[in-house]
Amino acid sequence: MKITVAGVQKEVADGLTVAQLVIDENVETPQYVTVTINDEFVESGAFESTVLHDGDSVEFLYFMGGGQYGINE
Amino acid sequence: MALTNEQIERYSRHIILKEVGAKGQKKLLNAKVLIIGAGGLGAPAALYLAAAGVGTIGIADADEVDLSNLQRQVIHATADIGKPKVESARESMEAINPDVKVVTYHEFITSENILDIIKDYDFILDGTDNFPAKFLINDACVMAKKPFSHAGIIRFKGQLMTYVPGEGPCYRCVFKEPPPKDAVPTCKQAGVIGAMGGVIGSLQAMEAVKYIIGQGKLLTGSLLTYDALNMDFRKITLPHDTSKCPVCGSNPTITKLIDYEQAECEGTGL
Ligand SMILES: [Zn+2]
Repeated sequence: MKITVAGVQKEVADGLTVAQLVIDENVETPQYVTVTINDEFVESGAFESTVLHDGDSVEFLYFMGGGQYGINE
Repeated sequence: MALTNEQIERYSRHIILKEVGAKGQKKLLNAKVLIIGAGGLGAPAALYLAAAGVGTIGIADADEVDLSNLQRQVIHATADIGKPKVESARESMEAINPDVKVVTYHEFITSENILDIIKDYDFILDGTDNFPAKFLINDACVMAKKPFSHAGIIRFKGQLMTYVPGEGPCYRCVFKEPPPKDAVPTCKQAGVIGAMGGVIGSLQAMEAVKYIIGQGKLLTGSLLTYDALNMDFRKITLPHDTSKCPVCGSNPTITKLIDYEQAECEGTGL
């Protein structure tokens, strides 16, 4: 089946889960990524149980804080 | 109040734009914008907003200028090292434009002071470097019904979104709670290209200007991401349904501000 990941169309195996896609896409810090399918959130505990379908559009939204936690340097 | 001849000349490139005009310029001169964090994002935003004639600019940061800031925090100069960032930022903004009244907050934002600080402003820019501050700003802006621009930068990447009450998701709709300390890479560990603050901070200033003059489409309901190495901008549509959000949703469970990792949340400027 074909899905779109971050704007890029890909051929993937039928029955692919969000959890497996996160691994296949080498998502950095996968436990803190927010995932949407067709502009809807996937609950963070539901990556294993969420199966992708042909035509789905998936986005990964990453934490981006920027700097350091502590005081300067 | 009519624009002076000097103002007509200073802002002529604004006034000639049909989306701005004298009317829009007067809105800018009457506007109040708060920038939290006088760092990589806040520096370019403050410079452009001051140049644009935003009448009142508040700037909050508890830090002093450090040598390692100067690679990206373009509002500060080498001679400013050791000076409070808010003072250095004030001097730069006042030097650019005497029309601007700069209000400085040389302190950490906390659950105790943030509502009092943001209450007088029309639009808030999150230019902070840490997640506790980002969640605090989000929650405070949701509770006080203030529009704000969120942004983050790291390595060669940056992203931003705009929250306007009632017009789409807040930061917490997208990111439920701060990640544990050191769980995601920070700029100090991972680095950030200096011009990234310029790109993303300027986009935040652009959102503030558009909000003030009431023109165009804001980044509400979407997250703009920028990947500099691939020179790729993407506008990602965010889910519309905000009802389950613990702070902006229909049954909020967060009704008091939270200071996450209070002791760690000190460096405000990216
Ligand atoms: Zn929300």
